[in-house]
Amino acid sequence: MAILVGRDTKLITVGYTGKQGTFHSLQSRDYGTNFVGGVTPGKGGTVHEGFPVFNTILEAKEKTECNAAMIFVPPPFAADSILECIDAEIPLVIAITEGIPITDMVKVKAALRGSKTRLIGPNCPGIITPGECKIGIMPGHIHMPGKVGVISRSGTLTYEAVYQLTQREIGQSTCVGIGGDPVNGTNFIDMLELFEKDPDTEAVIMIGEIGGSAETDAGRWIKKNMTKPVVSFIAGASAPPGKRMGHAGAIISGGDDTAEAKFRILEECGVTIARSPAELGAKVEEVLKK
Amino acid sequence: MNVHEYQAKGLMREFNINTLRGKVAKTVDEAVKAAEELGGNIWVVKAQIHAGGRGKAGGVKLAKSLDEVRAHADDILGKTLVTHQTGPEGKKVHTLLIEEGCDIDHEYYAGLVLDRGTGRITFMASSEGGVEIEKVAEETPEKIIKVAIDPAAGFTPFVGRKLAYGIGLKDKELVKKASKFFHGLYNLYTQKDCTVAEINPLVVTKGGDVLALDAKLNFDANALFRHPEIEELRDPTEESAKELEAGEHGLAYIELDGNIGCLVNGAGLAMGTLDIISLFGGKPANFLDVGGGATKETVQKAFSIILSDDNVSAILVNIFGGIMKCDIIAEGVVGAAKELGVKVPLVVRLEGTNVALGKKILNESDLDIIAAEDLADAAQKVVEAAKKGGE
Repeated sequence: MAILVGRDTKLITVGYTGKQGTFHSLQSRDYGTNFVGGVTPGKGGTVHEGFPVFNTILEAKEKTECNAAMIFVPPPFAADSILECIDAEIPLVIAITEGIPITDMVKVKAALRGSKTRLIGPNCPGIITPGECKIGIMPGHIHMPGKVGVISRSGTLTYEAVYQLTQREIGQSTCVGIGGDPVNGTNFIDMLELFEKDPDTEAVIMIGEIGGSAETDAGRWIKKNMTKPVVSFIAGASAPPGKRMGHAGAIISGGDDTAEAKFRILEECGVTIARSPAELGAKVEEVLKK
Repeated sequence: MNVHEYQAKGLMREFNINTLRGKVAKTVDEAVKAAEELGGNIWVVKAQIHAGGRGKAGGVKLAKSLDEVRAHADDILGKTLVTHQTGPEGKKVHTLLIEEGCDIDHEYYAGLVLDRGTGRITFMASSEGGVEIEKVAEETPEKIIKVAIDPAAGFTPFVGRKLAYGIGLKDKELVKKASKFFHGLYNLYTQKDCTVAEINPLVVTKGGDVLALDAKLNFDANALFRHPEIEELRDPTEESAKELEAGEHGLAYIELDGNIGCLVNGAGLAMGTLDIISLFGGKPANFLDVGGGATKETVQKAFSIILSDDNVSAILVNIFGGIMKCDIIAEGVVGAAKELGVKVPLVVRLEGTNVALGKKILNESDLDIIAAEDLADAAQKVVEAAKKGGE
């Protein structure tokens, strides 16, 4: 059943009645996701595009028995919505919102510890188990069910990798965007652990970028714990230091957070490196043949 | 977002953090007047630019008379300082900070940063002040005292004691003063949404005062919506005009020194595009992420910003439509090409949502577009085109 989401997933959207929230909720439904309703404070009791709207996340959970929530709330209020999901004990929360202040996420991160909630994102494209369940903003049609897991800090670069796989008729088990922010709910290691345990996954693509140590931490974890092959690309080899490259977390601040250092450490840890983002599909094909 | 030292110190005083008395001057006469008003017989004339390493570049000078204040101010104002943080083009000095002098007993370091691994704000202090902290971290890491602050508990008294005793303070009064300083800095960092707060050096004076000699603050751009008072401190002369203009239109643009203009959707793919251009031997002129919510107009704006760079001799449009639909990009490209008269070769690679429609719009436009099949093909074609265009 791949990881985290599948046919048993029941989804609500927080910020459902907004333009983006509505569009992507219905897109997810059209893909086959079991979408059951939404939350917009003040609009509880109404029906929007055929689905019930609730005032609070707890009420939505009680009435729909949802087990996943997608956040489309604007940045100033998004952290509050995640905290509300934690309070309502929603098992899986996917935050698409880009631009949440760091200090808000520091509080969210603390609230997540010891809670019953796993947070994916924020500032991410979402998560998809091809053919079963799509939660997020990725184009569903480029995916294909199969055996390669994908984890990434970037949205469009994930689409690029998935597309290369699908063109080679290599399907994906689950694709997870963990987001481009410096503080996020789920990191590479958490996902690698799930893919390692998942019988439906045979290899993993890990797409990282400059800034932070999530990739090098993952590399060390892989060396110790991972039996399945991992292929990795790090974006930003040509980025100047000290500049924020679009993502809030993509900034070289010194030490081992350059693309070069990350490539080197990952290679030392036995990860197959793709120096070019155009080589990801071919590299996966190679490791699968071994 | 960065601010100047004098602005950072102004904020620090609001949080009861000790600094030296100082005044801002924009002219030589103002500098002399500032020194007169401050009184005393020793002053420091400090260039205000958004970069570290000013001292070594000749941007910080000690004056022992008003004549020396005048001479230094005259020398530094209008000068272009080149430091390890300015890049080779340097930064021009428009503003000075004139500060009173002080008798330094010892220089320390204090700083707050986000630890991305734990998602906590980490306080660092060191007995080794006045030098680059990265160097201390590399050579004598044991001399850096760290406390990861629990966001629920916040700054409790032990944090101050651990830092103060850790850097070698012994006198009870001094420890108290240092703790108060650290606590103020933590409050400033969290209440104003900083991403970096660095006091280097933090000094203990011979008179037993704890104060900030230099100050660097950086603010979270995503939190500026709740801090209009910080937004007001923005100095547009310190930022690239093009990057500011792009930001106003929701575009993430960064100027680079190559000749291949890039228009991409998504930060990761935009970085990856620069990387693959470099791998094929080309040099990107910019990073540009049009984002997910771009319209025909923002795409046109993106084009006009890319084309305002005279070095650009070819352009690559690389779009993988998710939320972003290929037909919108195509319309923007056609509109921009017609309105702005794009004279350099244009390589376009479209994939994803509404790709067929996007390609149709481009084909029917009579524009001279080099179509690319995939990412590698696109990079190769634009590098070739730029070489030809540059000849």
